[in-house]
Amino acid sequence: QVAVALKEGRVTPTELCQRCLSLIKSTKFLNAYITVAEETALKQAEASEERYKKGQPLGVLDGIPIAVKDNFNTAGIETTCASNMLRGYISPYNATVVQKLLDQGAVLLGKTNLDEFAMGSGSTDGVFGPVRNPWSYSRQYKEKSVPKSHSEDKEPDWVITGGSSGGSAAAVSSFTCFAALGSDTGGSTRNPAAHCGVVGLKPTYGLISRHGLIPLVNSMDVPGILTRCVDDAAVVLGSLAGHDPKDSTTIQDNFKPFELPNLTDVSKLSIGIPKEYHAPGLSSEILTIWSKAADLFQNAGAKVVEVSLPHTRYSIVCYHVLCTAEVASNMARFDGLEYGHRSNMNESTESMYAATRREGFNDVVRGRILSGNYFLLKQNYEKYFIKAQKVRRLIANDFVKVFRSGVDVLLTPTTLSDAAPYMEFIKEDNRTRSAQDDILTQAANMAGLPAINVPTALSERGLPVGLQFIGRSFQEKQLLTVAKWFEKQVQFPMIQLEEVKRHDHGVFQHQKSASFS
Amino acid sequence: QKVSVEVLDHLEQLALVDFRDAEGVERLQKAVQFADQLHEVNTDGVEPMDSVLEDRCLYLREDDVTEGNCTKELLENAKEKVEEYFVAPPGNIPLPKLGERETFLQGS
Repeated sequence: QVAVALKEGRVTPTELCQRCLSLIKSTKFLNAYITVAEETALKQAEASEERYKKGQPLGVLDGIPIAVKDNFNTAGIETTCASNMLRGYISPYNATVVQKLLDQGAVLLGKTNLDEFAMGSGSTDGVFGPVRNPWSYSRQYKEKSVPKSHSEDKEPDWVITGGSSGGSAAAVSSFTCFAALGSDTGGSTRNPAAHCGVVGLKPTYGLISRHGLIPLVNSMDVPGILTRCVDDAAVVLGSLAGHDPKDSTTIQDNFKPFELPNLTDVSKLSIGIPKEYHAPGLSSEILTIWSKAADLFQNAGAKVVEVSLPHTRYSIVCYHVLCTAEVASNMARFDGLEYGHRSNMNESTESMYAATRREGFNDVVRGRILSGNYFLLKQNYEKYFIKAQKVRRLIANDFVKVFRSGVDVLLTPTTLSDAAPYMEFIKEDNRTRSAQDDILTQAANMAGLPAINVPTALSERGLPVGLQFIGRSFQEKQLLTVAKWFEKQVQFPMIQLEEVKRHDHGVFQHQKSASFS
Repeated sequence: QKVSVEVLDHLEQLALVDFRDAEGVERLQKAVQFADQLHEVNTDGVEPMDSVLEDRCLYLREDDVTEGNCTKELLENAKEKVEEYFVAPPGNIPLPKLGERETFLQGS
């Protein structure tokens, strides 16, 4: 809708950019952005405006403000991964996905906050502080929360965004941008999408280039897409997918961007409900929402079947070993010599490296590096690392079997419950939390399958709950078509933000309209 | 079984990252315990999986130079450099042994 508005001249790219920038300023308390690239964004918006004046926009994304998670390299803009290790690091190049968006004319507003090096499920463990869920300040949440007896200070009440792409999710959810890039290794795009009430797409591994995405787990990382509606996600996907010679893990098949059909007849669809996703700790609320969704499909004529993915419960343990092992390897590049933080210790190379890494990494990162190194020790390699790789194959095979039996798409919850209050969340450590929160999203990364979170309903506390669809490898079109149908059925409510000043009601309405396509 | 101090020390040297305190060591112990659950799964006859794209051929491009000459950009982010070199402190000096360096493990 916004793209149409831009084309028709009802709003200009610079106006749009300025609205977003001022909205970012007024929502600063959310801490969603680490860096706001005000000057460059305005320049990009101006260039876009010139193109529209000439009637030559580059495409649907021309002039659209976007945000990018701070673990993607962005030329000339600080890229920190929310870590002291990369504070002050100005990337010399653009990640492929960032370049693609810029080539389409998108306006890069800034870099969003995350858990340090994308390790975590709350966006609470970065050096720039935690990200606050915009829904903490919504009328829907406030109406349902029990007023605190003393203090007018609303500090203790705010809820987390989920993670690790919390900043990106919060940015999209609070209307400061129309789409954002996240990354997804264990659920890092879908988890915050569910908690913030936005669409979070994890594409098939190998579809979108990882060149420029600072790696966590090379065999599972993918760039993630966060938008306010499924159609938008399809548009962004269309501009990002495809082979990249700079990333040899991208497949060489020709990718054709697609528009999503408006599905009306679901009778040919087979939806699988994996029973193991009724995991311990799943809130009864979400269970009800999940069941209702299954009924929705059934009543509309689709075939809804219970299926089994027997190794689901081992995916977290498997992930734990494989992730820490790959992390141990990937974090080895941070030694202070070529870029990033460097310690003043100068006695020897090794002691400089050790001091740099002690100073640069937080406990979570250091813990994973040490665990990873443990699992990779010669005496442990077979027992842990190779074993985990074997279990990975079993998990991936579970999915193959289910899809081969005729199921088109799987329907599962995305999270175990709605967003937790920050004070509750930090009572447990990062690893425990990740193990709990990633349980429903992790397996899709193990198997490399595409998955998407669609905001479904509000919980008793007035917070968003989302459901996840998992599709077949490289069948994003089918997956998104089903997701779009579902989105239309559930009519998820718009967030009613009260704290945000509305400078211009008219343009704000443009931004509130869910989509830009 | 607990992880021995020798192994902990070895890990610190390999990873060039320290345990800092008892919590760090405890974290590793818990991580290992957690990972032990893997052994409940029967993986007889199962091949390890390196990549989900294992059925495809890896893309190899032509061995032609297509980019480079970016010395200036690459050196910009380094703290210590001389002309076109990154400067490192003297190498070939191993980290001090367990008894001699400042590490939490000394007390164990």
